[in-house]
Amino acid sequence: MTDPSDTSLGDTPPEGTHDQDYNFAYLDEQTKRMIRRALLKGLAIPGYQVPFASREMPMPYGWGTGGVQVTSACLVPDDCIKVIDQGADDTTNAVSIRKFFERTAGVRTTEKTGEASLIQTRHRIPETPLEEGQILVYQVPIPEPLRFLEPRETETRKMHALEEYGLMHVKLYEDISSHGHISTAYAYPVSVEERYVMDPSPIPKFDNPKMHQCPAVQLFGAGREQRIYALPPYTDVVSLDFEDHPFTRLRNDGVCGLCGADDTYLDEVIMDDEGTRMFVCSDTDYCATRIEEAAE
Amino acid sequence: MAENSLAGGFAAPAVNSAVAFRGIMMAMAEPGRIMPVSGGIPPRPMDSAAGVLALTLCDPTTPVGLMPSMDQPAIREWLTFHTGAPIIAPGEAEFVFGRFDEMADFTVFRQGTSEYPDRSATLVAAVASLENSGAVLRGPGIKESRALNLPDVTPFQANAALYPLGVDVVMVAGGDLVAIPRSTRVEVE
Amino acid sequence: MYVAVKGGEKAIDNAHRWLGEMRRGDRRVPQLETAQISEQMTLAVSRVMAEGSLYDAELAALAIKQARGDLIEAIFLIRAYRTTLPRFGYTSPIETARMRCRRRVSATFKDVPGGQILGPTFDYTHRLLDFKLLAESEDEQAEEAIPQDSADVPHVLGLLDRDGLIQKEHRTDEEPVDITREPLEMPASRAARLQVLARGDEGFILGLGYSTQRGYARNHAFVGELRIGLVDVEMEIPELGFAISLGVIEVTECETVNQFIGSKTEPPQFTRGYGLVLGQQERKSIAVALVDRALRWKELGEDFLGAAAQDEEFVLYHADNIQATGFVEHIKLPHYVDFQSELELVRMIRKDAEAAREKADD
Repeated sequence: MTDPSDTSLGDTPPEGTHDQDYNFAYLDEQTKRMIRRALLKGLAIPGYQVPFASREMPMPYGWGTGGVQVTSACLVPDDCIKVIDQGADDTTNAVSIRKFFERTAGVRTTEKTGEASLIQTRHRIPETPLEEGQILVYQVPIPEPLRFLEPRETETRKMHALEEYGLMHVKLYEDISSHGHISTAYAYPVSVEERYVMDPSPIPKFDNPKMHQCPAVQLFGAGREQRIYALPPYTDVVSLDFEDHPFTRLRNDGVCGLCGADDTYLDEVIMDDEGTRMFVCSDTDYCATRIEEAAE
Repeated sequence: MAENSLAGGFAAPAVNSAVAFRGIMMAMAEPGRIMPVSGGIPPRPMDSAAGVLALTLCDPTTPVGLMPSMDQPAIREWLTFHTGAPIIAPGEAEFVFGRFDEMADFTVFRQGTSEYPDRSATLVAAVASLENSGAVLRGPGIKESRALNLPDVTPFQANAALYPLGVDVVMVAGGDLVAIPRSTRVEVE
Repeated sequence: MYVAVKGGEKAIDNAHRWLGEMRRGDRRVPQLETAQISEQMTLAVSRVMAEGSLYDAELAALAIKQARGDLIEAIFLIRAYRTTLPRFGYTSPIETARMRCRRRVSATFKDVPGGQILGPTFDYTHRLLDFKLLAESEDEQAEEAIPQDSADVPHVLGLLDRDGLIQKEHRTDEEPVDITREPLEMPASRAARLQVLARGDEGFILGLGYSTQRGYARNHAFVGELRIGLVDVEMEIPELGFAISLGVIEVTECETVNQFIGSKTEPPQFTRGYGLVLGQQERKSIAVALVDRALRWKELGEDFLGAAAQDEEFVLYHADNIQATGFVEHIKLPHYVDFQSELELVRMIRKDAEAAREKADD
């Protein structure tokens, strides 16, 4: 059962800019093929969770191992990547993942959304609209939108097979009757092409509408849970709601204290012991770009 | 083993397969979009795009099926040497290589199951040419619509009707490929 | 004035340097050599090899040193390394019936063919701190007891099997799944379950095994046999037409004899649980056998009693300490964005509630 095509050892790419102790983009070729096959099936069945034999990565589960594996399987030497965590390029884990790909794939990196060919994200979709040809890779902790209603994989898999999503609607409606609102503020479930209910990863529901008919390819990797799913460009992605309680975006209705934006998702910063608050854009690139443009 | 079965593989597998996969992935993400791929040269009559796809995606864990036009010693040897994929009956295979006219009944291939629709075949079907005119494609990956010269619309319509079951088709002509996944809805122009 | 936090990269570099310094500790104390760990912390090494699922004592020792003795961290280092190793092929199944036993005990029969071997066990030590070890003293050398050649040491349960007193295990040449290469699928095969248990967290499996003894799916287990020793690892080479030996590994195997089943028509038979673990991992192998037995309820026609140890999805999805530690610990990572969205939601719902109350008060 040897694998003649596994040439992960001693394989020299033309550029030679990545750390030669590792295969290009870290993963061995057989693992990349397995992930690539899963990605293609994911794109062919938008919103369906494809099981894949996730590997142990040199960073812990929960730190983005699924996203890292998907990125690794997609990268080409010409890519320019951007990594964000909570919308920011300079959070420690975003820095750590960006360094990992600089080292193992030798790719260029950027903080500019518009310059990136591939963006790996945890918990946000950039404010700058994505374009055709771009790839957005989401890190996903719990890919199963029904998991909190039904802990058993054997059951949830059946529910997806039978398109049996009544339980989800009941849960959302119970929220409305007890709180007056759907009490899901992030990881808000969506329906893909009127077939699969999908977890958009823990993005704030403010970001949900950006997924609908998005020109970029959206890929989702859940390492610990061994699932990959995908949205091709221009796919219908609709947040679940009710006629009498339509979906609404949610943000603090403040203004960014740095760039003045009044339509972005905001981080709340506590300034002093008195509890003084300031709100700033969660998307650091978007905010910095606006400040630069205002200065010009 | 013939000498030429040793040739025609990727010169720099990690990078060649990464670039080829990106092409295949963008094709699958944007049904009907014609993507060139390169880096591998299979024995004739297999198109180079089909060979590149095999080098990129097939390995000892993916049973491969060959339709009569492709079931030739040179191709078998080449696939075995470069990918290690076991060659089995097309009806059971994960990837099936052939000419489109040999594969027009998609239902004889693996369709997936309702719990695991991903366990379905990917058909790599050779056609004479690929151009963006003719049948109208709609669905995920397509902004409004895209045209493609499909040799026949009926099997694609029947396939889409099985969604989320069904096969995914990659059509190849020379160094170009185009994907029609099961999610694509096809209409006559 | 608020300035967005920058400098993540520098913080990480500094943290790593500090970590290295803490690992080294007081420089007046000689640095630990990995050979000292692999020779003198053998049970820690065994655990790291078993749960890391890579049989390499030197690397396990290195991982323990690098992880400052945190065994889960060491297991993680081994797993991350293991996953990059190319696969050359699959070996033949090891033959535990040909084990060179270092220890072999049966709780079901006073004497067994091949004899009981007490071996290097803590079982009858008095747990008194041995202050002599504070000084550098050498223990007495023991006589070499482990047989050098492999010889057939029949399994104790085979004796029950011969008389039809215990449930038959059906031998199959079916290729088992490899849980490190295929996603876990439910319901899982027994081969997949035993693999997950073998590399599952010792503490988790121990707790589950214990729960079966205390009444949560109790199945009355006896240790039919526990054996620890060396086995040959062989691989068939098709080009050669015969198997070659790749080396020798130490494993621990436990077979339990459990509560019998039967009916008016079927004569009663004992049932079995099985645990096989890399290295010397006695506690773990017994616990694995208990949990294995509990998970077999369906196959043996028993009722599901709602016990955790019977619940395949619960056991298999939560046994892996690398998965568990990652997800448990990841909640310390920034969650500003999702927290902010909940905060806004709670504020909004509270505002609505207060408005409703004010209206009611008017």
